[in-house]
Amino acid sequence: MPEIRVTPLGAGQDVGRSCILVSISGKNVMLDCGMHMGYNDDRRFPDFSYITQSGRLTDFLDCVIISHFHLDHCGALPYFSEMVGYDGPIYMTHPTQAICPILLEDYRKIAVDKKGEANFFTSQMIKDCMKKVVAVHLHQTVQVDDELEIKAYYAGHVLGAAMFQIKVGSESVVYTGDYNMTPDRHLGAAWIDKCRPNLLITESTYATTIRDSKRCRERDFLKKVHETVERGGKVLIPVFALGRAQELCILLETFWERMNLKVPIYFSTGLTEKANHYYKLFITWTNQKIRKTFVQRNMFEFKHIKAFDRAFADNPGPMVVFATPGMLHAGQSLQIFRKWAGNEKNMVIMPGYCVQGTVGHKILSGQRKLEMEGRQVLEVKMQVEYMSFSAHADAKGIMQLVGQAEPESVLLVHGEAKKMEFLRQKIEQEFRVSCYMPANGETVTLPTSPSIPVGISLGLLKREMVQGLLPEAKKPRLLHGTLIMKDSSFRLVSSEQALKELGLAEHQLRFTCRVHLQDTRKEQETALRVYSHLKNTLKDHCVQHLPDGSVTVESILIQAAAHSEDPGTKVLLVSWTYQDEELGSFLTALLKNGLPQAPS
Amino acid sequence: MLQEEGTYQTELIDLSTVDVILISNYHCMMALPYITEHTGFTGTVYATEPTMQIGRLLMEELVNFIERVPKAQSASLWKNKDVQRLLPSPLKDAVEVSTWRRCYTMQEVNSALSKIQLVGYSQKIELFGAVQVTPLSSGYALGSSNWIIQSHYEKVSYVSGSSLLTTHPQPMDQASLKNSDVLVLTGLTQIPTANPDGMVGEFCSNLALTVRNGGNVLVPCYPSGVIYDLLECLYQYIDSAGLSNIPFYFISPVANSSLEFSQIFAEWLCHNKQSKVYLPEPPFPHAELIQTNKLKHYPSIHGDFSNDFRQPCVVFTGHPSLRFGDVVHFMELWGKSSLNTVIFTEPDFSYLEALAPYQPLAMKCTYCPIDTRLNFIQVSKLLKEVQPLHVVCPEQYTQPPPAQSHRMDLMIDCQPPAMSYRRAEVLALPFKRRYEKIEIMPELADSLVPMEIKPGISLATVSAVLHTKDNKHVLQPPPRPAQPPSSKKRKRVSEDVPDCKVLKPLLSGSIPVEQFVQTLEKHGFSDIKVEDTAKGHIVLLQEAETLIQIEEDSTHIICDNDETLRVRLRDLVLRFLQKF
Repeated sequence: MPEIRVTPLGAGQDVGRSCILVSISGKNVMLDCGMHMGYNDDRRFPDFSYITQSGRLTDFLDCVIISHFHLDHCGALPYFSEMVGYDGPIYMTHPTQAICPILLEDYRKIAVDKKGEANFFTSQMIKDCMKKVVAVHLHQTVQVDDELEIKAYYAGHVLGAAMFQIKVGSESVVYTGDYNMTPDRHLGAAWIDKCRPNLLITESTYATTIRDSKRCRERDFLKKVHETVERGGKVLIPVFALGRAQELCILLETFWERMNLKVPIYFSTGLTEKANHYYKLFITWTNQKIRKTFVQRNMFEFKHIKAFDRAFADNPGPMVVFATPGMLHAGQSLQIFRKWAGNEKNMVIMPGYCVQGTVGHKILSGQRKLEMEGRQVLEVKMQVEYMSFSAHADAKGIMQLVGQAEPESVLLVHGEAKKMEFLRQKIEQEFRVSCYMPANGETVTLPTSPSIPVGISLGLLKREMVQGLLPEAKKPRLLHGTLIMKDSSFRLVSSEQALKELGLAEHQLRFTCRVHLQDTRKEQETALRVYSHLKNTLKDHCVQHLPDGSVTVESILIQAAAHSEDPGTKVLLVSWTYQDEELGSFLTALLKNGLPQAPS
Repeated sequence: MLQEEGTYQTELIDLSTVDVILISNYHCMMALPYITEHTGFTGTVYATEPTMQIGRLLMEELVNFIERVPKAQSASLWKNKDVQRLLPSPLKDAVEVSTWRRCYTMQEVNSALSKIQLVGYSQKIELFGAVQVTPLSSGYALGSSNWIIQSHYEKVSYVSGSSLLTTHPQPMDQASLKNSDVLVLTGLTQIPTANPDGMVGEFCSNLALTVRNGGNVLVPCYPSGVIYDLLECLYQYIDSAGLSNIPFYFISPVANSSLEFSQIFAEWLCHNKQSKVYLPEPPFPHAELIQTNKLKHYPSIHGDFSNDFRQPCVVFTGHPSLRFGDVVHFMELWGKSSLNTVIFTEPDFSYLEALAPYQPLAMKCTYCPIDTRLNFIQVSKLLKEVQPLHVVCPEQYTQPPPAQSHRMDLMIDCQPPAMSYRRAEVLALPFKRRYEKIEIMPELADSLVPMEIKPGISLATVSAVLHTKDNKHVLQPPPRPAQPPSSKKRKRVSEDVPDCKVLKPLLSGSIPVEQFVQTLEKHGFSDIKVEDTAKGHIVLLQEAETLIQIEEDSTHIICDNDETLRVRLRDLVLRFLQKF
């Protein structure tokens, strides 16, 4: 029995280190290859030894697909391809291919240079890994091999984020990666056609949340920022260099312009300037409005937002600073946070999801005394705000996507178990499809029953279609043909053609039945009586009286002959072939009952 | 002045019956508004995003140029054949003037473009479930495509405007053209004798020479396409040629848009340019030319341009036909001085004809046509590579050009010879469709009983219900026979008449008489007599007054009207035969 098998190595009932193995019709595909922000030990990478105990990964995996550039989706890639060893193709979109190596390098620097980790992947490994990447266009059908094909759909989550359809024959799986069903200030909404996959693997970060309108959140955000700077406070917004950062920058930029504000806005340097450049060059991946107006005004050229210098953090007076990384787990954002945390006039706004174990997660869950390195305790007096600007679909959005794609079953990843459970029930109720939520290392097996494509000869098909068009809805019509299986080619042809092709002669089976009738009249008259009887009875059939005196009903021949012994009896010879079996048998039975009395 | 364009044949097809239009590149869509807006066309237009965006720019420029010189009246009586005959050449020789139309408006352009469905290379687009179309990179221009139109068993490739040279667009996808039943080949180079690389070199040296001598250079051009390559060459050339201080002006209502758009289609560019974007840097160096003020662009000669204008200079502007647009002003401004040069690079117009109304001219004229589309050598290489069963092309390509009738190398040479077509001619493509795809549902497939007829060939008879929806065919298992109605209500005879359209399978094989007789005996028949005949045997069941004629390819059972007996005999005969 053919089946689809799915095993999450990461992101099973968890957020972080997304990595999902899919086996479909004998093809093995790995979806994403992420790292976990919450761990610094072995657990930060997926357990690749699960894939194959012996043998090389390249032999086992047909391809690897990366959905977008966030490190929890691609952070383990150089480790996987260069240190564990994988030489097969890695597919991702162009923007992902452009930005991914930069984020990996950044991650490497923090891990090796700042934290002093040994045995980490090197810059060269990132480069070598990226050489294995094959870039895909949106909606392009990429033929991985003769049977396996993949296709990317717009996912909206970050620049270049894509959902992927993986297809072998008539079986398919869709993996959403992270996606967003509502367009934001810089990206469009995720979209997929009614591709009816056997399985939809969807993220479920916000499985239980239904967010209010984006406008409200934006107004709220601007109000909080504005109030804080008005009273002379500093606002820290920890972000990842690409994604939310650009959206919030556009938001603040337009607000500053409208309100004519002079308070400085800074963006932590390095990545971000570069990042804005990527947005300019990949503007076809942004939303409609930005694309339409970019010639007149490129939204990613900011007037009010300046590059940040480390020294600025100690400047007096209000300011707004976007700093990386987004979960306050390391780097500049954490440094600034430590400086500003003690002042209740200041504010930190967390605009996205924070993984467990990060400082971001701790302060969001209400912790106000943080233990830092060296047993130092940091007291957080600044205001802590959380605003969901994460570009993930909320429960409504997930349901919407399931409705769009119409999958036969759904599998949830990239979410918390409790919330998944809720969503799972909802999906099963609403769409009447089974929904799975495997934990890491747990395999879900879906039996599939693929239909078999064969070639039907046009002659046969047209013959059937012409007849099928008759309004005879009550009885389904039976198509009869012969399936010729030669090597791997399957052809359905009419029986005549099959015989001809194979050089076989038809064997004709014919029946002739003698029906005795009491009739003293001449044979010709008997035949005529038979003709008029049948003509009256069989309204829907072609009944003919031939010049030689015989009667035909369709292709059945009826002749009348004199009885050799009894002149009062006539013998009707009813003759038909095996193909007319039913009608022939029916006619003999009918004639056996005798003819109606001739009108006198 | 030409305000009307020859468009397309209207009598040949009813455009309202056209379902789909496939656009190959932005030069091939200039007539789109005529079709989408005034013919009752309700179908879909497919094009890539760069094709649509740059096509919009080309149309916008055209409309802008034409609308700058509004005409209060337009003459149409000359189109009368009797009048036209009397007009001087070239009007006299114009063909199909009745189809000439006034230029469309921007509103019509926008409406036409709104009917475009954007597609990407190698995207498989299902049309009505019947065929699949796929655009492939053709290497000629940003977003330019060849199209594959295929069903499950047939494949037609439409190759139009393709290039194998390495310029800015993504290279041509040749591999996907393989296994075509028919390859329609069109849009070859207009100037098969000119080598584009040589022409670019000539362009640069002529330009440098003129400017060094204090003259101006005019380059009539389209606002997109080859101009990107020319600017790139100049970028590398100007410093070494000492032209750093010469201003380059690009004047077009869409100059800015064209330069900006060229930078955002990284995914449609050649590999070199793509990798620049990864740095991230703009893919085309004209960004730097603009930044360093070496290249300036203006929507028209009015406004800012008149303040900035400095001579000697190089001006890129349209329209390349020299009949309208800002180029006309420069021809008049510079035409009188032999210091200046006009360099023709666009191959679409004969430069002699273009210049005719401006004669006499003191200005130097240089003809450096840059046409990167396939030449005949490349075509034969391509055809050898992809090996289509049949090639179909315009008649012109099957013979040498009239001006060079001895150049047998300037025509398509392939085996079997290409089939040619003429304007407004209908050509039947030389293949017969024999098969179509149908899906056999798994439950039905499970119920099939294959038997091996010959080594490697198995057969299974299929009786199934055909479902067709959106041109997709599916075979489902036949419904289980309905239970006979329990109430024995009397029915009219005709209701019992069996449906003769239910086909019984065909039979094949032959019946070995001895075994058949043994079988009969085993089933309780006695008193069996076998007679030999010329072609076979007759088996007589004397008791039942039944006669069975057995020949190689036929069996005939002749009996009294005893249905039970007949059915018994039938089933025994069928045991020896195979059903099809």
